[in-house]
Amino acid sequence: MESFETFEHDVLVIGAGGAGLRAAISVLEAGLSCGIVCKSLLGKAHTVMAEGGAAAALGNMGEPDSWEVHFRDTMIGGQFLANPRTVEIFAKEAPERVLELEQYGAVFDRTPEGLISERPFGGHTYRRLNHVGDRTGLELIRTLQDKVVSLNPTVYMETTITRLIKEGDRVVGAFGYRRGSGRFVAFRAKAVVLATGGWGRMYKYTSNSWESTGDGAMLAYEAGAALQDMEMVQFHPTGMIWPPGVRGLLVTEGVRGDGGVLRNNRGERFMFNPEYMPDNYKGKFAETEEEAAKWLDDKKNYRRPPELLPRDVVSRAIYKEVLAGRGSEHGGVYLDITHRGADFIKRRLPSMYEQFMALGEVDITKQPMEVYPTIHYTMGGIRAEPETCATTVPGLFAAGECAAGLHGANRLGGNSLTDILVFGKRAGEGAAAYAKTASFAPLDQAQIEAEAAVLLDPFINPGRESPYEITRELQEAMQEGAMIARTEEGLTACLQKVLELQERARNIHVEGDRHYNPGWHTARDIRFMLKTSEIIVRCALERKESRGAQWRLDYPNKDPEWARKNILAFKEGDAVRLETAPVPEMPEHLAALFDEETLRKR
Amino acid sequence: MRRTITLKIYRGDANGGEEKSYEVETFPGMVVLDAVRQIQERQDSSIAVRWNCKAAKCGSCSAEINGLPRLMCKSRVEDYADENGVIRVHPLKTFPLIKDLVTDVSWNYEKAKQIPPLTVSPDTPRPFRMQQMDVERLQQFRMCIECFLCQDVCHVLRDHNRKDGYFGPRFMVKIASLDMHPLDIVDRRVQLRNEAGVGYCNITKCCEEVCPEHIHITDDAIIPLKERVADVYFDPVRALLRRLRGKKGA
Repeated sequence: MESFETFEHDVLVIGAGGAGLRAAISVLEAGLSCGIVCKSLLGKAHTVMAEGGAAAALGNMGEPDSWEVHFRDTMIGGQFLANPRTVEIFAKEAPERVLELEQYGAVFDRTPEGLISERPFGGHTYRRLNHVGDRTGLELIRTLQDKVVSLNPTVYMETTITRLIKEGDRVVGAFGYRRGSGRFVAFRAKAVVLATGGWGRMYKYTSNSWESTGDGAMLAYEAGAALQDMEMVQFHPTGMIWPPGVRGLLVTEGVRGDGGVLRNNRGERFMFNPEYMPDNYKGKFAETEEEAAKWLDDKKNYRRPPELLPRDVVSRAIYKEVLAGRGSEHGGVYLDITHRGADFIKRRLPSMYEQFMALGEVDITKQPMEVYPTIHYTMGGIRAEPETCATTVPGLFAAGECAAGLHGANRLGGNSLTDILVFGKRAGEGAAAYAKTASFAPLDQAQIEAEAAVLLDPFINPGRESPYEITRELQEAMQEGAMIARTEEGLTACLQKVLELQERARNIHVEGDRHYNPGWHTARDIRFMLKTSEIIVRCALERKESRGAQWRLDYPNKDPEWARKNILAFKEGDAVRLETAPVPEMPEHLAALFDEETLRKR
Repeated sequence: MRRTITLKIYRGDANGGEEKSYEVETFPGMVVLDAVRQIQERQDSSIAVRWNCKAAKCGSCSAEINGLPRLMCKSRVEDYADENGVIRVHPLKTFPLIKDLVTDVSWNYEKAKQIPPLTVSPDTPRPFRMQQMDVERLQQFRMCIECFLCQDVCHVLRDHNRKDGYFGPRFMVKIASLDMHPLDIVDRRVQLRNEAGVGYCNITKCCEEVCPEHIHITDDAIIPLKERVADVYFDPVRALLRRLRGKKGA
């Protein structure tokens, strides 16, 4: 086999979005050597796309916010599938992590008192999204990037990991390639943190960047780790739909938080339709447009508009409006914020203004936007311990979007940016503590050679399949069969197609050499995408109920039995083995935060 | 709108290369990055191009479109096609070519390491209290998406290749964002004058013109920084005092 470089670090962090960078800070502050691998250039990860803010109950807006309320909102938003301990840690530590970010250099918008300004968002009882206009993710990643750089890590940019290397049960390293040269590269590590983000690229219309191909979940799965709740894929209610080139691009929930209203083609604010109001939220939202309008200026005495219901609820409503023939010109609905005035819009939502102006030729200060749900986030992922983010495989930790346990069946907007801070830190600390007791192990040559053969196959494969064509067909199949409204029939057909594409992917051929060759990169990515898709669909078939992001037309109601089960997926040879595990019980002090009816109706 | 356009893309690496022509089928709202990706998908999958978000938020897909430094994801093909439907796409000229449209921008990451981070006095009460009007000007600088188009167009870096003497507009903006932070206590003037080389900028404002985030790089960052440095080094009264006291700096 050809020669390749091997590097050694106490902890290897794979992924350099917010979770990976925050993990690296903890590792470096523990005095250990840390290698950071990123698929792109540093600072370009998907975190930059986050817009609205980081949810943390700082209580800066004069409302009685607390970790308990944030805990309750997150559990209810996630339809009780989340691990209560994970959510408890999250709600308690989020404020501290946001304030720490400010000390690293983040410059948040301010209240008149000079504190961090917090905005309202879907599913959050009080204003608690700490933000910088509508570019909070950029602020967060740049701040963490600067902090990490000041601690002097080793960063391997444009490097793709395609396999974790094990010794016995334990993960001891990783193997992959450098994009620029196409050369192989290996890492020896005492502990590995996966922080690779989600897998929205499996769908045709997505708000995700090209990197979101499910690498982390698949690396963990291949290494034997349990995946959890993979059927839970979030559809953000408001993606752009026109022109076609930008379809799927995100329109921040901040638009609705700042007063944007949703209308159908009859001009009706359809979110006021009582049919769309879930039991759990009855009585908590404005019931007339007048009340909703008053809320804009007086948040203490009026209830919020129903446009701010959680994402799964609003997405379903938009889907139903369009299906009923009440959609907009290009098959979406209208999102209108013109009534707030040009100055306000340009100050609060500058990148939305710019995005629609440059890419859609729509002036959002004068015209409504056309929106439709877009794939946005993956709640499911690698099962991780709340305290340390340890996966079910020794030496392997997971944090951020690639991990599961915090968001349950539906993530609340703003919870992801604090997720990556809270659990990025804990994963880094968990991995550092583990690394201090572990030793380096030699990398098994057989595992490396097997992966090298997989990587090189597309150059010598006599087949004629194009990785791009298979990607395109996969995205169409998932869009068709595993989208917002699911049925046994649609899912089964989708699974069939995915399995067929897996077969065809054995015959992928690419031209050219290994020197920065995107066709070759796609040939490897598609294997992960196909397997991830298969698992999503199998889990969606398994969960015979509707809960959060999983909406089954053939099982339209919540099932109290399923409320107590997480679905786990394991690798068994080439097959996927599913089993269920009980959702951890809420201890008394947490259960006491809910009224009995809410718990009963879960 | 035309049904097809021609993209002339620079293909090559450090050893040289040439433009190659590709026919592309257009659709409404198509941007140059869509066109390049369509070629990748249908004609030649080995074209090297960097991109991530395709939403003008990550700053990865910088290139020179018809000679203008631009984000490919934000440049609609109808705005750039000439009367024959031709668009020329080349890599950034200021940085070494890796392959096709991908350049080696690692020099920028090296410069970033040299800038001391925000440093706040341990006596400053937490949580911080800062007024919106005091943070607004640095929030503008923090909109930077590090696309390095300003670095690409800067005469000092592009035409004179003085990467040894000047950090470039991107890092003037960065230093300004730290220097103007209400709580930062680092004196950044020595670095600005010496290794960062603020004096090299001759205020042609080319960087400002290409910034996709519309940051007023020259007016709001570089000129105030030049003034900060001038206050110390070129104020005749201070210069006299310095001479009398026999000290360097202020």
